[in-house]
Amino acid sequence: MILLIQYTLIFAAILSLVALGGCFSEHSGVINLGLEGVMVMGALGGALTMKALGSAPSAVVVIVTILVAALSGLVYTLLLAFACINLKADQTLVGTALNILATAAATVIVKAINMAEDSSNVSSTVVYTKANHALTTKIGGFSFNWFVAVAILALIAAYVILYKTRFGLRLMACGENPQAADSVGINVFKMRWCGVLISGVLGGIGGIAYITAGVSQWKFETGVAGWGFLALAVMIFGQWKPLNIGLAALLFGFFRALSSVYSGIGWLASMKIPSTIYVMLPYIISLIVLAFTSKNSRAPKAEGIPYDKSTR
Amino acid sequence: MGNPYAIEMVHITKRFPGIIANDDVTLQLRHGEIHALLGENGAGKSTLMSVLFGLYQAEEGEIRKDGRKVTINNPNDANDLGIGMVHQHFKLVQCFTVLDNIILGVETTKHGILQKDEARKKVMALSEKYGLKVDPDAKIEDITVGMQQRTEILKMLYRDNDILIFDEPTAVLTPQEIEELMQIMKNLKKEGKSILFISHKLNEIMEVADRCTVLRRGKCVGTVSIADTNEQELSRMMVGRDVQLVARKAPAKPGETVLDVRDMTVASNRHKNNAVKHVSFAVHAGEIVCVAGIDGNGQTELVYGLTGLAPVADGKITLCGHDITRAPIRKRSAEMSHIPEDRQKHGLVLDYSLEDNLVLQRYWQPEFTKGGFLRRSAIRSYADRLIREYDIRSGQGPATIVRSMSGGNQQKAIIARELDRDHKLLVAVQPTRGLDVGAIEFIHKQLIAERDAGTAVLLISLELEEVMNVSDRILVMYEGEIVGELDPKKTTTEELGLYMAGAKRQEAER
Repeated sequence: MILLIQYTLIFAAILSLVALGGCFSEHSGVINLGLEGVMVMGALGGALTMKALGSAPSAVVVIVTILVAALSGLVYTLLLAFACINLKADQTLVGTALNILATAAATVIVKAINMAEDSSNVSSTVVYTKANHALTTKIGGFSFNWFVAVAILALIAAYVILYKTRFGLRLMACGENPQAADSVGINVFKMRWCGVLISGVLGGIGGIAYITAGVSQWKFETGVAGWGFLALAVMIFGQWKPLNIGLAALLFGFFRALSSVYSGIGWLASMKIPSTIYVMLPYIISLIVLAFTSKNSRAPKAEGIPYDKSTR
Repeated sequence: MGNPYAIEMVHITKRFPGIIANDDVTLQLRHGEIHALLGENGAGKSTLMSVLFGLYQAEEGEIRKDGRKVTINNPNDANDLGIGMVHQHFKLVQCFTVLDNIILGVETTKHGILQKDEARKKVMALSEKYGLKVDPDAKIEDITVGMQQRTEILKMLYRDNDILIFDEPTAVLTPQEIEELMQIMKNLKKEGKSILFISHKLNEIMEVADRCTVLRRGKCVGTVSIADTNEQELSRMMVGRDVQLVARKAPAKPGETVLDVRDMTVASNRHKNNAVKHVSFAVHAGEIVCVAGIDGNGQTELVYGLTGLAPVADGKITLCGHDITRAPIRKRSAEMSHIPEDRQKHGLVLDYSLEDNLVLQRYWQPEFTKGGFLRRSAIRSYADRLIREYDIRSGQGPATIVRSMSGGNQQKAIIARELDRDHKLLVAVQPTRGLDVGAIEFIHKQLIAERDAGTAVLLISLELEEVMNVSDRILVMYEGEIVGELDPKKTTTEELGLYMAGAKRQEAER
């Protein structure tokens, strides 16, 4: 049971971090469909950092890894921001391109590093066993993952920023009616850059959290298995509101956790349902949930539309 | 205050590709006056105001505030100079509250957290002082257009602006709301605010303004004092010739029945009841039948049912002897032309070129299509002809993107398209809404010419004057029913008003 809670929390943390990223970006008016790729890049930066840090003190590992992962995500979303905001490119296309590029680029980079260390090693796997234990701390029998704390902080911060600060009010105005924002002197481009870069930071942290959850090495050819998209589903189910996103993430996280631990829960294991069914669950649930809720969902009105001063 | 002018725009010239929007325009606004800016659609009023508000930069000329030259590069500069603007299309965030919209851009914060209490107090005080009733916690999407406009006005007052620009503020309001707005503007003037009032409605200008500057095709025609002028003179200055404010026409010669509607019922998409309830009427060749009524009494749904935009729940529609009750739109449009109520939604594809919009009802015909491919040269020459005949003005001729055209010219494009194809019935829904007197005159003439050529015309209008002037027969709609049939020559606007308000009704012969 403890294991179920533990897993639910870490998976929910990953989903809420990335979904909050999407939330900031979309509130500014830019659809960040490239979150999947941003996660891969965050994961890559984080994994390489952890490999390099080895057995450094825990606090150093946690902080430096998170910072590097966040920075990797941020740098990667510069591409999206520049293409979609300044060049007014189609946001769906750019996002998709970033997703395709990320996994391929990460694979190439890791292979090159591995081959430089040992010319016969062409695997795309990064091993970070030594540093991985630093990411969790034991509280009694409960293994607490620091990313859960980061996610909770991010949720609270997102709520306060969006609803209680000047920045949030202006950000959301840009996603709802950029012409209105512009007419009261708000720099729409600047706000959209902020929204997109925040999504890069959160997506990057979500990426390293994802690949370190329970394993101590990662094969970058697999990317992040659609979790960027799952996070977008969480964001939509959460109606672009931080607290709802947290709850939605818990729901999805729970089903994902079930697939990891069901064999340890007597009555579930005795039902002899193939394990693949459990693995499919979060994805199936997201399909069902979106099919029923997306009709009533209220996305930021101006999202997906490049802002052009001259249109009336 | 040595200088009598609050703001001066001197010799302003602003060019766009293919068009000079403002050509050497001078406008001087005195302290504490209401100054009207009059001009046809596309005369350059909105452009001039956008220059003043810093949305566009003029190529030539200068702006002076209290006699000193100033540069306005963006709305922030304008705001710093105390210039505020209520845009024609409101600049409000739909899902924000009234209060949030007012403070947006000039928020006060403490330790980074928004402080709304003081803002609320200030807004309530302003709302009290000027009679601007708003609910600060209501969301914009839930409130009336009138209250949205009051929010826009409060936005300016909250920023302590003393030069207020109103860009065609009455176009979207009901008659009562227009009354209220006129009063509000007078109150603002009393408090020492200087107001620029952009409009093409002569009666409103006569009622509220002190002076009036007239623009025509981007050029400044002159500035007159309202006390020394009249509607006729203003309209002559605006259009450049004498305008018939009342359409002239010969008596109608109704022919055979073209449209016959029996017992038609149309469901409403806003409420559970039917929007149109068992309505029966006929329209004959060579007559203009006008459906009058206050907005929202089922006229829109009546037209939707007739034109096929919404399914008919009950009843029968016959057009030229064919039952079209369930016919698809393209089949109906073979004999029916339709000038829709919402020209931007149902009339045009805004991001298509003018020429493509002009063949929208005909592009599949052999004249414009060969073997599945469009015949671009045929389309171009057809569009050129319509643009000439209907005097559709635009920046780049047939290749102009329709979104960039003025409202009046968009409407002319629809009229050209609908009138230039074969039809026995013309359904025209509020064809003159939001247009200036010159364009209204043009459209009324077209409607009467249609009638004289033997077309059956069904006109849906909210304007009493238009109803009385243009129609040969009036049907009054009230709460989804036809409550009276009147002869415009034998009735008065007062009687018509009583029918429209539901105070009076004829018991039909059913």
